[in-house]
Amino acid sequence: MTATPLSTGRGNPPRWQRIRTIENPLVRQGLAAGVLVYLFWSMGTLEINWGRVAEGVPRAVDIIVRMLPPDFSRWSLLFRGTLESVQMALAASFFGMILAVPVGICGAGNLVPKPVYLVARGFIILSRTFHEIIVAIFFVKIFGFGPLAGVLTLLVSSISFISKMLAEDIENMPPGQLEAIRATGASFPQLLIYCVSPQVLPRFLGVSIYRLDANIRHSTVVGIVGAGGIGQVLAASFSRYDYDFSLAILLTIISLVFIGEFFSNWVRNQLR
Amino acid sequence: MTPHQHAAKHPEIWRRFSPRQTLLRYAWYLGVVAIAVWSISAMDITWFFLLDAHIQALDMATRMWPPEVGYFRKLWTPLIETIHIATLGTVATVLVAFPVAFLAARNTTFNAFTWFIGRFILVASRSVNTVVWGLLFVAVFGPGPMAGIWAITFRSIGFLGKLVAEAIEEIDTGVVEAIESTGTSRLQVLWIGILPQVLPVIYGTTVYRWDINIRESSVLGFVGAGGIGIVLYSAINQFRWQEVSVILLAVFAVVMLSEFVSASVRRRIT
Repeated sequence: MTATPLSTGRGNPPRWQRIRTIENPLVRQGLAAGVLVYLFWSMGTLEINWGRVAEGVPRAVDIIVRMLPPDFSRWSLLFRGTLESVQMALAASFFGMILAVPVGICGAGNLVPKPVYLVARGFIILSRTFHEIIVAIFFVKIFGFGPLAGVLTLLVSSISFISKMLAEDIENMPPGQLEAIRATGASFPQLLIYCVSPQVLPRFLGVSIYRLDANIRHSTVVGIVGAGGIGQVLAASFSRYDYDFSLAILLTIISLVFIGEFFSNWVRNQLR
Repeated sequence: MTPHQHAAKHPEIWRRFSPRQTLLRYAWYLGVVAIAVWSISAMDITWFFLLDAHIQALDMATRMWPPEVGYFRKLWTPLIETIHIATLGTVATVLVAFPVAFLAARNTTFNAFTWFIGRFILVASRSVNTVVWGLLFVAVFGPGPMAGIWAITFRSIGFLGKLVAEAIEEIDTGVVEAIESTGTSRLQVLWIGILPQVLPVIYGTTVYRWDINIRESSVLGFVGAGGIGIVLYSAINQFRWQEVSVILLAVFAVVMLSEFVSASVRRRIT
């Protein structure tokens, strides 16, 4: 017996279609066309030396061959650079965490008058916009080569990051508690201690610990412009075509970041 | 229970922490401070440089003022190149990061080995800074925007891949099961069951990463990987401070603009 197709008596049902993020087909296809046009335009305007790029593959093979095996024989240099990076990250996170408290409070619109708020937010925006390396270059000019410039660079970015998070947390606090404590006639410091700190402290600590792990990552790069740490060793090894030592440094950085991330996740889980 | 024991267990005055907790807390504080002090003192810092730091800073500020506004006309090309590097790098990232995320998510990977490979790619990509990737790719492709695009891509794969992998791990498994039960192939499950669920996350993180990448590509030129960083680096090295301040203003404007664009796009998506 052959199976007969079921008839619904409603003719052919409309074809099933996936739900699209952008529903208007004209906008969707226009966007796709725009992306294509952009790709052609940008590839056309970029000054790419295609001849040199074509050499890239054999070069990459050559570099990889020279990188292997990683050379850990200068481990004392490697260890000193890594230790300096870790120290820079620790110092910058600690002082950044402390200094971020006043900045963060000043950046909370519900606690401070408008002019203070604008100044604090201005600082946060300004220091967030410029990449660490630009800031590091300026600190190297001012404080000379060495880890001090690196610590200050990481300090500035830590302050702006932690204080931005803190300010947003304070602004997102439910207003009830704030009003209740204010109604008892509490002074501003009392308000901070009894109302603000219990509500934002756990997240503040979490953000600071996260920043420690971010600082470890960034401390490996400020050295490229001479601000100390393992980055300085790395840049030097690259410019001497010392690729097997470079790979040793890169592997050290990867494991350092991995440990830092693991530690930061562990602490944040403990805090929760 | 004697009244004495009772009083010890339920004291008249309420305290938030027991003495043991207080001791532990102070031990933590002491440890953290000790670590911070050790870090500062063990570093090889020339404190002598601090003495004239304010003079140096003031000197630099006076040299940077006023900005040489006419110089801005020459900045268009490197600025556009910076944006191109960030955008093309981000586009390339999306193409690579999705398969890697698919490997690195526990519920879509093939076996423990492929999962480990996926995770390792993500960790390695994220651990190495964009500028360090830039160093590497300048050695491979020679100086220029091509090295910058690759550097951006290699750093962003870890960022995008990690967030997308987390999104894949949290998808609604009912939908996937329903599609599997219709007898679809593995690829179809991925395309119809999983991709639409994580698409908003992919769009959102891509736009977010694009805006970070604009900031990163502004310094890629320091290692020769194209963009406005090349101009900035040479201006600093030749002490043309009035041009430096124009370049900084231009970078500031572009980064602010990209942050605004990215924030408004993300608000519309989510």
